[in-house]
Amino acid sequence: MRFSEHWLREWVDPHMDAHALGERFTMAGLELDSIEPAAPAFSGVVVAEVLAVAPHPNADRLRVCRVDDGSGEPVQVVCGAPNVRVGMKAPFARVGAVLPGDFRIRKAKLRGVESLGMLCSARELGLAETAEGLMELPPDAPVGEDLRAYMDLDDRVFEIDLTPNRADCLSIAGLAREVSALTGAPVRAVVPDAVPAQVEDRLSVEVADREACPRYVGRVIRGIAPQARTPLWMQERLRRGGIRAIHPVVDVTNYVMLELGQPMHGFDLARLRGGIVVRRAGVDERLELLDGQTVHLRPETLVIADASGPVALAGIMGGAPTAVGPQTRDVFLESAFFAPKAIAGEARAYGLHTDAAHRFERGVDPELQARALERATALLLEITGGVPGPLVECAAPEHLPRRLPIGLREARICRVLGVAVPPGEVARILEALGCRVDDSGDEVGWRVTPPGFRFDLELEVDLIEEVGRVHGYDQIPDRMHAHAPEIRPRPEARIAGLRFKALLADRGWSEVVTFSFVDETVERLFAPDAEPLRLANPISSDLGVMRSTLWSGMLPVVRRNLNRQQSDLRLFETGLRFLQEGDGLAQRPALAGAATGRALPEHWDAPGRALDFFDVKGDVEALFALTGRTMRFEAAEYAGLHPGQSARILDGGREIGRIGALHPQAQSRLGLEQPVYLFELDLEALTRGRVPRFEPLSRFPAIRRDVAVLVDSHVPAGRILDVARAAAPDAVREVRVFDVYAGEGVPEGRKSVALGLILQDLSRTLTDDEVDAAVAGVIERLRRDVGASLRE
Amino acid sequence: MAQDIEALTREAVEAVEAAADLAALDAVRVRYLGKKGRITAQLKALGGLDAEARREAGRRINAAKERLQAAIQARREALEAERIRASLEAGRVDVTLPGRGLPPGGLHPVTRTLQRVESLFEQIGFDVVQGPEIEDEYHNFEALNIPAHHPARAMHDTFYFPDGRLLRTHTSPVQIRVMERQAPPIRIIAPGRVYRCDSDLTHSPMFHQVEGLLVDECVSFSHLKGVLDQFLRAFFERDDLPTRFRPSYFPFTEPSAEVDIQCVICGGSGCRVCGRSGWLEVMGCGMVHPKVFDAVGIDNERWTGYAFGMGVERLAMLRYGVDDLRLFFENDLRFLRQFR
Repeated sequence: MRFSEHWLREWVDPHMDAHALGERFTMAGLELDSIEPAAPAFSGVVVAEVLAVAPHPNADRLRVCRVDDGSGEPVQVVCGAPNVRVGMKAPFARVGAVLPGDFRIRKAKLRGVESLGMLCSARELGLAETAEGLMELPPDAPVGEDLRAYMDLDDRVFEIDLTPNRADCLSIAGLAREVSALTGAPVRAVVPDAVPAQVEDRLSVEVADREACPRYVGRVIRGIAPQARTPLWMQERLRRGGIRAIHPVVDVTNYVMLELGQPMHGFDLARLRGGIVVRRAGVDERLELLDGQTVHLRPETLVIADASGPVALAGIMGGAPTAVGPQTRDVFLESAFFAPKAIAGEARAYGLHTDAAHRFERGVDPELQARALERATALLLEITGGVPGPLVECAAPEHLPRRLPIGLREARICRVLGVAVPPGEVARILEALGCRVDDSGDEVGWRVTPPGFRFDLELEVDLIEEVGRVHGYDQIPDRMHAHAPEIRPRPEARIAGLRFKALLADRGWSEVVTFSFVDETVERLFAPDAEPLRLANPISSDLGVMRSTLWSGMLPVVRRNLNRQQSDLRLFETGLRFLQEGDGLAQRPALAGAATGRALPEHWDAPGRALDFFDVKGDVEALFALTGRTMRFEAAEYAGLHPGQSARILDGGREIGRIGALHPQAQSRLGLEQPVYLFELDLEALTRGRVPRFEPLSRFPAIRRDVAVLVDSHVPAGRILDVARAAAPDAVREVRVFDVYAGEGVPEGRKSVALGLILQDLSRTLTDDEVDAAVAGVIERLRRDVGASLRE
Repeated sequence: MAQDIEALTREAVEAVEAAADLAALDAVRVRYLGKKGRITAQLKALGGLDAEARREAGRRINAAKERLQAAIQARREALEAERIRASLEAGRVDVTLPGRGLPPGGLHPVTRTLQRVESLFEQIGFDVVQGPEIEDEYHNFEALNIPAHHPARAMHDTFYFPDGRLLRTHTSPVQIRVMERQAPPIRIIAPGRVYRCDSDLTHSPMFHQVEGLLVDECVSFSHLKGVLDQFLRAFFERDDLPTRFRPSYFPFTEPSAEVDIQCVICGGSGCRVCGRSGWLEVMGCGMVHPKVFDAVGIDNERWTGYAFGMGVERLAMLRYGVDDLRLFFENDLRFLRQFR
């Protein structure tokens, strides 16, 4: 809400300057956005009259004028404005004047002709963005008067951000009431008198949807002067309210909207066919709007129609064919109450945002319509002349919003706010806001009936907020809520997600946060067959689908960093994966990583090496170590991953993750010039840890035996280890692979796998025979189960 | 004889001192003091002397032997010291060369900030809970007293799915989900991602919030002021940080407020960051609206509650001096490394 400070002060004038007033607004919940001067600084500009206009001897476009600036002697001025003419009044910057932008007016010669000052356009004075020519002042403007004083330009424009519940402050009258409640300064309201009818002309009004439009007031005014102009003071107030002057009828309705809060509409009576009908749009109806666009009406839209069809979007915008214009002689003024529910969302559905819709969907005072129409009539008659017809009102009181009395308990105020507000202050605040406050019969408190314009006051707590707000939140003390201290269980076996992040960070990984919606083409690399979960209204087409894997968001980050010369990357992210499973949607927390570049930073003592599958696997295994469980890695193929370098990760029998190299094809499609290794783990599975269970330590020496076996080259090391471990007696504490070799000395199609067996008993030193027997047992099982032979 | 032993000793000591290493020194020892050593031989030769002379010669030989042993010990120590010195010299490294291994990565500033917020509220008994990011209209709007066509919905710029579900526009639906399954008293905070269909210099289509909710008997706005004031001072580590509570409007709280802190950039004198007001808006909050309690079946007369919500990126920007929201989601490694 933008408004002129002076206008507000006509209604209520508290003893505080503009900044203090702005602060008071803010601290009452009407947040001050800005206070700007009504006009930029300029000086030395007066009202002047053009006495004579002659052609410039040396320039076609310039004219030499004689101007009366009130100083006695007419002044010679060269002027280039196309609209300059004898007898017009315009702002004149005298020699010595300073215009906005610190532009100083000096004596000048323009193409050889002396010019002593400058006739100004509205743009040159900072009063408009554009201008066609000189700013034309009214004929009665007093020559010689300082323009700032004449136009009341030493005013300020307040801009206040109103929350949607405070539609009652979308007018000078409402703001004045609020200021009065906040400061105690009295309101001097403009109370319009009823304008008696001078002709009997009336337009029939029929409201078909009385719930959507419980009140419709209209009036015919005949014989307005088509050449009438909106007075400058009204134009200026509109301008300071952010509204452009267009036509006296439009300007007056806008002015009343700013002043009282009632949106109104003026139709050119000659263009209406028959009476007014307020109804829902019919099938396949269209309407050309004031802004020039033609809309196809939705069936739920409330319209104002005449015999020929819809003529306005009710409460939103009028139609072009029935708009007032220079030709208009007779008008029909509309002042209606539309139910917020009937208007809410409608403007948005047409991509419109209008001052009228903004007010109606938040709620206009249901008692205001006739008063506003009287005020508009009086203003319009002053400007354009004409004769009014009678007010025609069509009302359905049963559908008008009703304010029921609300019980307000003194004790409850204290309970909710935490401060006792003196009872007298409670009553004063609520009455100042327009409520009727009666003592309640039994309980200590009041019965409060809110005014019609406060759609937001419905419950006791709404009143409590008003009391707290006006009393001042700063009057409420700060306290800490005390609750009985308690020690709550905290499962030790549950590992906090942060633990995994910290581990990765400590091992050189950097955390990223990427959008949950991703580029469909990247998503498709990993889920080529699934239909992605698509947003109906994405912010852009390359962020159109929800990620089913965090990789879809992370790989573009890898690419961006590589493009910025960051070529050694270990990135991880946690977040939800969005998976469509059957009919349902799963939102699964995951931990994922993407790594590329060197295994270690360039170092003076070590040859560089590119990181590979096993660097990433090592870090993933470190994550698993936190759970106390060993996860199995099984060769697997996944869309988007290198078929020979990817694995399924199993926790017991359940897949809890994937790891692998990005498929070279995917890599090149993403424009990545180096291999990228990826992993993604189910975070829920990872957070299930265990409470450690102590196992006794052996005091006896451990014995290590190394054996090398030959197996077919396709036999995975994991399988060999599984078999060896299964075959080993308890005394074998550990079996490890310490070498894998194929080549010279090993038959074609076979490989040598060297195993280290570590044996140890809790209660005694193992004998050579026992160790030999254990090792032989392992070798025998390997022979049987994986076709191993001992390598001699 | 006496001459002999003196001369022999001198010769032996000279040999000791000439020994270049421990092996040479040992050879000298064997040559003079070994079983067949020359001084040992002298002792053996004593048998041919009378008692008086034998005692005298024995004393002298023993003295010579001791002297030689002392010389050998001294030489051994010298040689040992030299060996260690030489090995230390050989082992000298340039300690200014860089160490080996991978430097640590780091947590994203959003995580770091969330962590900080969570740990502060955990101190006073708030549990951290999570909720879904794809929500339904009911939890995101209706149960929070934002019916269809409510003007507040327009302020939310919601991302929708074709089936009517949506990306949560705030973390407030977690309040509803918690109150649906848990009876008061309740103390939770709910951090997480939220989404608004809006993208420009100061708006990201995805960002993070932390929601807080406390429901108990006898909770008032005064407690809300107290807890947020303490939190903000602790978060910014400024005991004297001025805060102010401005009345505002949220459909799911009543009374509602926005919380400002004095601008941490200019200290309240007015700058570009605070729009010359001297204040920065950091949170929204209020007392839980009775209609919200109604939606989850909590008795309004018995229980009251407060709720608050804060923008995590906003807090991180102020805390770490980040001047561009978009940096959080570009994930440039040079940016991320600053938050290790």
